[in-house]
Amino acid sequence: MIVAEQKPIQEIKGMMADYQKVLIVGCGTCVTVCMAGGEKEVGIIASCLRMALQIDGKKPELMEDCIQRQCEWEFVDTLKDKVDGVDAILSSACGVGVQALAERFPNKPVYPALNTTFMGMPKEHGLWIENCRGCGNCGLGRFGGICPIARCSKGLLNGPCGGSQNGKCEVSKEMDCGWQLIYGRLKTLNQLDQLEEILLPKDWSTDRDKGQRKMFRGDVYYEQTV
Amino acid sequence: MSRPFKEVLNSGEFVITSEIGPPKGTNIDKMLHHIEILKDTVHGMNVTDNQSSVMRLSSVAVCHIIKDHGGEPILQMTCRDRNRMALQSDLLSAYVLGVRNVLCLTGDHISLGDHKGSKQVFDLDSVQLIAAVRNLEQGQDLGGNKLDGGVEFCVGATATPEADNMDSQLLKFRKKIKVGAEFFQTQAVYDMDMLKKFMEHAQQSNTKVLAGILVLVSAGMAKYLNANVAGVTVPQELIDEMAGAEKGKALQKGMEIAARQIKQIKEENICPGVHIMAIGKEEIVPEILQMAGV
Ligand code: SF4
Ligand code: SF4
Repeated sequence: MIVAEQKPIQEIKGMMADYQKVLIVGCGTCVTVCMAGGEKEVGIIASCLRMALQIDGKKPELMEDCIQRQCEWEFVDTLKDKVDGVDAILSSACGVGVQALAERFPNKPVYPALNTTFMGMPKEHGLWIENCRGCGNCGLGRFGGICPIARCSKGLLNGPCGGSQNGKCEVSKEMDCGWQLIYGRLKTLNQLDQLEEILLPKDWSTDRDKGQRKMFRGDVYYEQTV
Repeated sequence: MSRPFKEVLNSGEFVITSEIGPPKGTNIDKMLHHIEILKDTVHGMNVTDNQSSVMRLSSVAVCHIIKDHGGEPILQMTCRDRNRMALQSDLLSAYVLGVRNVLCLTGDHISLGDHKGSKQVFDLDSVQLIAAVRNLEQGQDLGGNKLDGGVEFCVGATATPEADNMDSQLLKFRKKIKVGAEFFQTQAVYDMDMLKKFMEHAQQSNTKVLAGILVLVSAGMAKYLNANVAGVTVPQELIDEMAGAEKGKALQKGMEIAARQIKQIKEENICPGVHIMAIGKEEIVPEILQMAGV
């Protein structure tokens, strides 16, 4: 899932200060699960923002809504009527959702209420960890199902650096060393020999380094008529 | 004029290297003074590369300066600040400036230094960087393009004899040798038994390992290393020995310990050489060597 967290209310207030009528839109998928921008959080953001703006003597009209997924036109389009009546939109989806609204509603300013942090999962209740960077060429099969790009702080491919100690990364004593996890797991699986292979420099062209990425599948493609 | 480092490395002599830390800024007076002291005392001078992720004068420039002063530089290159294009380009630059030795390292994480908000690179890792040097020697770059004039380097790498994750460190050690590392300079070692144990593994391959000797300046420094530097463990006896030094004599004590260990390494033939790190106090290196009798 995509993990995100709410921006400080002061920052949100700064973005909203010049608008009278604002639609705050939540998303019912990832950010609901990570408790950052679902229906409940939209309510909280609206109350906090109202209070924050009232301190400055403003009386904003804040409307609330939450759609199933802000990253699909099908759901985004249901907002059309509400959007028509406001000065701006505050989206509490991930960056993908914010941009979907911006694209669908070209005449309305759209602002983010969240900081999109990473792709990951809740490891424990209230603790989320990043474990994929979306590099576009997954090598998990070589590393015992533990990603060195996302979970080694330097993204090293051929083994740990000298900063690994007690299973922790040199960056912080609270951070697991991704390479110790990989080594430990392959040892358990009796597959350590597969780490002996020298991995060549990674081809980052499948990562961000060829510009915005697109994926096209002819077998399921049909032209949108809207 | 100093001899090529590679020649010394293969001569069977006890090899001694030390370190020059480029300044933060353009005032090179103190550094030149250290270069003058070291150039006839050691076989090679490592030049650190934005060490500890702190921005400084570049290691390529300082290697050139060392060369100009008649010393033998060892260019340290980390993977943190440059992508494969910049690394290869700097290797070519170093070569035309007369640098013939390079030590390939991963590099500390950017968050440990003085530009914490910077974007770190790590396009290559240390194994891939060693391989990249060897590839340039074949007359081509990593893009598969031919070079007009190649390079030839004596290539080194690092190892951590006191690491608690020795198995996985040895995995990387083996890979570094496999792709062409000719010598190793180790992280600081204080426990000679651990060094011997590491060398049992290392000697299976025919590589030259220079033991890292980091001169202690106080008991506090020893404790700091134990608490904060991965892969370095100063044994309690040494901490006590440092703490027991007379007031104002701690550095002298640290030098004695360093000299004693160098002597032991040489006499017991534990390693074929040492790499002495005095971190800004390079003027003490000749005296340490004298005390060690090397
Ligand atoms: S290898 Fe790439 S795609 Fe696979 S988990 Fe890591 S970052 Fe994600
Ligand atoms: S300590 Fe481990 S996780 Fe951290 S950078 Fe080094 S190898 Fe990667």
